[in-house]
Amino acid sequence: MKLTLKIWRQANASAEGAVHTYELDGVSQDMSFLEMLDLLNEQLLTTGEEPVAFDSDCREGICGTCSLMINGQAHGPEVTTTCQLHMRSFSDGDTITIEPWRADSFPVVKDLIVDRSAFDRIIQSGGFISANTGSAPEANSVPAPRDKAQRAFNVATCIGCGACVAACPNGSASLFLGAKITHLGELPQGQPERYGRVTSMVAQHDHEGFGGCTNIGECAAACPKEIPLDVISQLNKDLRTAMFKGF
Amino acid sequence: MAGSTLHDGLTPLNAAPEQTSDDAAGYYTLGEKLVDAKAPTGPIKDRWTTRKFENRLVNPANRRKLDIIIVGTGLAGGAAAATLGEAGYNVKSFCYQDSPRRAHSIAAQGGINAAKNYKEDGDSTFRLFYDTVKGGDYRARESNVYRLAEVSANIIDQCVAQGVPFAREYGGLLDNRSFGGVQVSRTFYARGQTGQQLLLGAYQAMERQVAAGTVEQFTRHEMLEVVVADGRARGIIARDMVTGAIETHLADVVVLATGGYGNVFYLSTNAMGSNVTAAWRAHRKGAYMANPCYTQIHPTCIPVTGSHQSKLTLMSESLRNDGRIWVPKNAADCEKDPRDIPEEDRDYFLERIYPAFGNLVPRDIASRAAKYMCDEGRGVGPKVKEIGPDGEERLVSRGVYLDLGAAIERLGRDKIEEKYDNLLDMYARITGEDPYETPMRIYPAVHYVMGGLWVDYELQTSIPGLFCTGEANFSDHGANRLGASALMQGLADGYFVLPNTIRDYLADGPFEKIAEDHPAVLEARAEVEARIQQFMSVNGTRSVESFHRELGHIMWEYCGMERSKEGLIKAIGLIRDLKKEFWSNVKVLGSAESLNQDLEKAGRVADFIELGELMCIDALNRRESCGGHFRAESQTEDGEALRHDDEFAYVAAWEWGGEDGSPVLHKEDLIYTAIEMKQRSYK
Ligand SMILES: Cc1cc2nc3c(=O)[nH]c(=O)nc-3n(C[C@H](O)[C@H](O)[C@H](O)COP(=O)(O)OP(=O)(O)OC[C@H]3O[C@@H](n4cnc5c(N)ncnc54)[C@H](O)[C@@H]3O)c2cc1C
Ligand code: SF4
Ligand code: FES
Repeated sequence: MKLTLKIWRQANASAEGAVHTYELDGVSQDMSFLEMLDLLNEQLLTTGEEPVAFDSDCREGICGTCSLMINGQAHGPEVTTTCQLHMRSFSDGDTITIEPWRADSFPVVKDLIVDRSAFDRIIQSGGFISANTGSAPEANSVPAPRDKAQRAFNVATCIGCGACVAACPNGSASLFLGAKITHLGELPQGQPERYGRVTSMVAQHDHEGFGGCTNIGECAAACPKEIPLDVISQLNKDLRTAMFKGF
Repeated sequence: MAGSTLHDGLTPLNAAPEQTSDDAAGYYTLGEKLVDAKAPTGPIKDRWTTRKFENRLVNPANRRKLDIIIVGTGLAGGAAAATLGEAGYNVKSFCYQDSPRRAHSIAAQGGINAAKNYKEDGDSTFRLFYDTVKGGDYRARESNVYRLAEVSANIIDQCVAQGVPFAREYGGLLDNRSFGGVQVSRTFYARGQTGQQLLLGAYQAMERQVAAGTVEQFTRHEMLEVVVADGRARGIIARDMVTGAIETHLADVVVLATGGYGNVFYLSTNAMGSNVTAAWRAHRKGAYMANPCYTQIHPTCIPVTGSHQSKLTLMSESLRNDGRIWVPKNAADCEKDPRDIPEEDRDYFLERIYPAFGNLVPRDIASRAAKYMCDEGRGVGPKVKEIGPDGEERLVSRGVYLDLGAAIERLGRDKIEEKYDNLLDMYARITGEDPYETPMRIYPAVHYVMGGLWVDYELQTSIPGLFCTGEANFSDHGANRLGASALMQGLADGYFVLPNTIRDYLADGPFEKIAEDHPAVLEARAEVEARIQQFMSVNGTRSVESFHRELGHIMWEYCGMERSKEGLIKAIGLIRDLKKEFWSNVKVLGSAESLNQDLEKAGRVADFIELGELMCIDALNRRESCGGHFRAESQTEDGEALRHDDEFAYVAAWEWGGEDGSPVLHKEDLIYTAIEMKQRSYK
């Protein structure tokens, strides 16, 4: 099929960006969205124009590297990652607009690539269980109720892609944050640090310039791992308890 | 354990091999034998304990003065950074992704083995050791594998304490499943996303150290050279991938945890950025590359559909527990809707050829059988273009059916949905077909490499002060790797082995500081800069991608699932021509002083080309079939792999022979004292 692509080009963080338009022919339905961009880049090479920079690595929906706003939607029209979006979701003759994640806390690095290191700093502020290597007790000495372990697993599947932030009108990272708080808070091993964790992670979140949550729900709608909105309720509940306990 | 007894672990059970064939004559020179891999002697079960005790300690106050560079943040590198940071060393951690959490380990699906014997089904350290050595076709070092089995149980404890949400039973205890041709249930898992959860555990532990100030992390940094000064590894040269700045980082010791090089085949299940550069640059500086030809091909991947494809996706092996594998009996039926092909016209070829194991035969056997079916013209699915052994282009269907039909009928759709969850959705998304309605199509793909930098028992390469862990080293898997054992090795190396071996090396430190203008630093920097300059200035007509694709075709055709002397010699010629063409006709646009993905890729592909040649030479020399290496000249009458222990029970460690020289082969004999070698049979 044949497509018209409107793509955000920006040489680096401080350069000004603009939308460029490209015509692309020979796109197959079986291509992933990123393979379609590979094809465009091969074409640009022949005309001597610098290829479009975009992030990807696993290309199977698990590493969280890919990140594109496609026609205004984070990761495009389906609930999946950009690398798992296939061109059969589009039709011949379509015009597709492609932009980087939009959020103040994710500055553009180049073209479609943004800097998501704020997520790492949020994890550094408390998104872990302190367990030094070698000091762990026998694994089965602390049973974990199956339903709690399952809920922990369900939300631990967050890939840190940032689609929730890009989709949120406030640029809030509450879904990402809530997923980690819930994952660690559901497990017996996570209890000792539970309330200190939520306090420091929320403080870091705000410090990074992510916005506040006003329960719009766009985040959960865009999340490729279907992290449910109730992790945000859990986050708020833990935060209230932490304040009450004086953390 | 068929008659195999617990030997004393002291007396050799085999003689040193003596190679009589010499297929690779003229392509290499023979170097001295490697006689000391530094494993402690004594009964096998005491070796690791002995070594941990013998290795010197570093006093906590001195640790702060010692700098450690770790390249790679996968399971091996992330776990090591966390542990060494905790211990109080100064760690600098590097990765090419934008966050350590995205390292390729994140993609592992099936699970991780550990000899916990929670099921009381007869598992033990010795049985895990035995299965792993046998699975590797007796081409692994027994001391290393025993140690791996020994620490496996601690890994699970560690991960659970970090909050890794493994699957659990109703009583709240951990659940296990059995995996890949093994008769005990020793695989721990977190649905189909075990690698992700293990990596997040290691990543979080590492980020905790970043906050504590013991680990400094450098993301979007690519290591392009090692600094070897006065005979020791003392640092790296890295490129800041955002600004293009070339940086020098110096330390007392360097660890490479940079993963596998399966992308030399272009199409593989590896992440797009997985590469050999770090290992290859070290190889050119004197680190030996061991068993590079050992590649694991995984039988259950989603087949190629066209030439646009950038990678292949794995479908977990666990599907083979419920799926039956077949092709039509008659080539004429291959284009039909599979649902219209009656039972009597289907050839369940694995069940037919291997009645004892059926669809659960090991990976190499299942893979080859599928290839033969397609070579015969009985493959299914879209036709893809390929270049045949005769050099002619042809159209072939590369797929066989993996049919869940009977299982769905037996267990119900809900049960299957619950069991395989996101896997089947992923299949539907990629192929546009519903696996509940019509049989899935699968085909083998490159998945893991058992070769890598040679390391001794301490995980040190042949360059003092340069250590190597995880998939990037060669050490534990032999010629094949059982499912769920790579994750185990990565974490064993990172959490438990390296931290205990590296301290003996560091006990001699801190080494005298070297200055940024030390000749070795300047030389390494100059090499990096010259190379980048060269990529930017060729200004030819072909894309980097097209070279990679061509290399991949050559490797897959001649050094893939089956290798022959004739084919390998041909491949070496083709690769040498490709290398010349690359350096005279590659085209890289943009600038070196900014983010430039084509430039990054050019460096990786140039290294893959050189590695590809060495893989073919290694495969040519090894005139035997073992595990993931099948030489057409070495098979039994009924077409099964035939090993030659008398000639090849050795590790092939290759030394770089210089730009115009030939590689030098150092052999390390594999002597077993705890296990007797046996031919495999799955019939
Ligand atoms: C799809 C798939 C499924 C798998 N499933 C299983 C399974 O179920 N069980 C199992 O045991 N194994 C499985 N494996 C194998 C296993 O995942 C890998 O062998 C293992 O994760 C490798 O870990 P690692 O730490 O050695 O390297 P990786 O996780 O590959 O990490 C490499 C690191 O090195 C960095 N790096 C590389 N080169 C450079 C450079 N030049 N400069 C800077 N940084 C660099 C990268 O950024 C990354 O951080 C699977 C593999 C695949 C592909
Ligand atoms: S919560 Fe969902 S959208 Fe947000 S980072 Fe995690 S996976 Fe991505
Ligand atoms: S590239 Fe890994 S999730 Fe898309």
